[in-house]
Amino acid sequence: MKPAPFSYHAPTTRADLLALLAAHDDCRLLAGGQSLVPLLNLRLAGPAHLIDITRVAGLDGIARDGEVLRIGATTRQRRAERSPLVRAAFPLLSDALAHVGHVATRNRGTIGGSLAHMDPTAELSVVALVADATLTIESARGARTIPFVALPTGPLATAIAPDEVLTRIDLPLWPEGHGWGFAEVTRRGEGFAVVSAAALVALAPDGTCARAALAVGGLVAAPARVGEAEALLARRVPRDDRIAAAGEAAARLPAESDLYGPEAYKRHLARVLTVRALRQAVDRARGGVRD
Amino acid sequence: MTERRSMRLTVNGAVRTAQVEPRLNLADLLRHEFGLTGTHVGCEHGVCGACTVLLDGATARSCLTFAVQADGCAVTTIEGVADPDGALHPIQAALARHHGLQCGYCTPGIVMTLLELQHDLDGAPIDEPALRRAFAGNLCRCTGYQGIVDAALSVLNAGAAEPCPSPRPDPAGKGHA
Repeated sequence: MKPAPFSYHAPTTRADLLALLAAHDDCRLLAGGQSLVPLLNLRLAGPAHLIDITRVAGLDGIARDGEVLRIGATTRQRRAERSPLVRAAFPLLSDALAHVGHVATRNRGTIGGSLAHMDPTAELSVVALVADATLTIESARGARTIPFVALPTGPLATAIAPDEVLTRIDLPLWPEGHGWGFAEVTRRGEGFAVVSAAALVALAPDGTCARAALAVGGLVAAPARVGEAEALLARRVPRDDRIAAAGEAAARLPAESDLYGPEAYKRHLARVLTVRALRQAVDRARGGVRD
Repeated sequence: MTERRSMRLTVNGAVRTAQVEPRLNLADLLRHEFGLTGTHVGCEHGVCGACTVLLDGATARSCLTFAVQADGCAVTTIEGVADPDGALHPIQAALARHHGLQCGYCTPGIVMTLLELQHDLDGAPIDEPALRRAFAGNLCRCTGYQGIVDAALSVLNAGAAEPCPSPRPDPAGKGHA
């Protein structure tokens, strides 16, 4: 239950960080450590080099830039959860963060760390997918951006190369007055989700869906958009029968059995949670629910 | 590999220095190097909450924090909670009064979690479901939690019954919360 020895690096500048990544093979990046350190303690991971990125200047922070919310990768989850700026600009993220781990883990855990760890059940991945987040990834070779949907390559595996680091998450904002919803089932009151669902809805003045986005996490290695449901809601009034049909569409997503439940149970949760999240989002968009 | 790094931190108000292997976690630094064995180590992978300490005023799992990450930080452990004269903090006193502990293994972590909650609430009342969610990251095998819940509610909502609610439980009210 103790980690294998490693060399520890704590760069303070972006240039030093990128140089370290370029110079060393077998590195792991340490941010909040709330997912990586358990793997190290259990010796499921044993890198030769651990690069602590939390002291690198300029990698944290939350800012609104026009119609985009920009979040630095090392921003602590608890800071984002309590940020008035996030609450006003992207309330889905505030609500979903309250479901991530516990206060003590959110105090340390980071936004970028959770995404880069790519746990199949991570709430933040569901939000990033439903929000069409764009990720900035840097290395000594330069910077690139990818849509979140291109990040997962498997369970705990991402498109971030060994010499690269996730530095920023951009969330394009939804129109003022949009509705949002988040619902999940956990094995106990808090902790890891079995399945979670997120919904965003913007209504046109005539009550039809100008935009609707739905995503479900926990079914397979990476969260999935419920494209069929989004299509059936588009330019239509989100009536109860259409919300129910959206749930049925979510239940048709690919799912895999695992420690937390068989495939059929997960599909059941996908249906129920999608309906719950979508109902919340529609009610909020109609002004029926205010926090 | 015997790489060691010098570090300096404040523990319960006192400046401490240490030479540590990078893989040494904060819990083991506190317990083995500084002799502060009140911080308990349970699961060592962040689930049980027994090792919770305050790191710069915010709760952290000391088993998931390497000592080197606390370089330059201020740590508060259970040893720093009671008054120097030995008088228990109101949260500790309430746990004793309401049978909120038996073996005591989880208690230091629970006290640290409730201290942060008390600070965050800043005098606002809390209901039982919210309280149970707030310390869901601290596992207890003895009490069935009800005694902990009763103790926490008695302290956190103490101000609500008073004619002029004070933002924090009055230290003079120890034993009557």
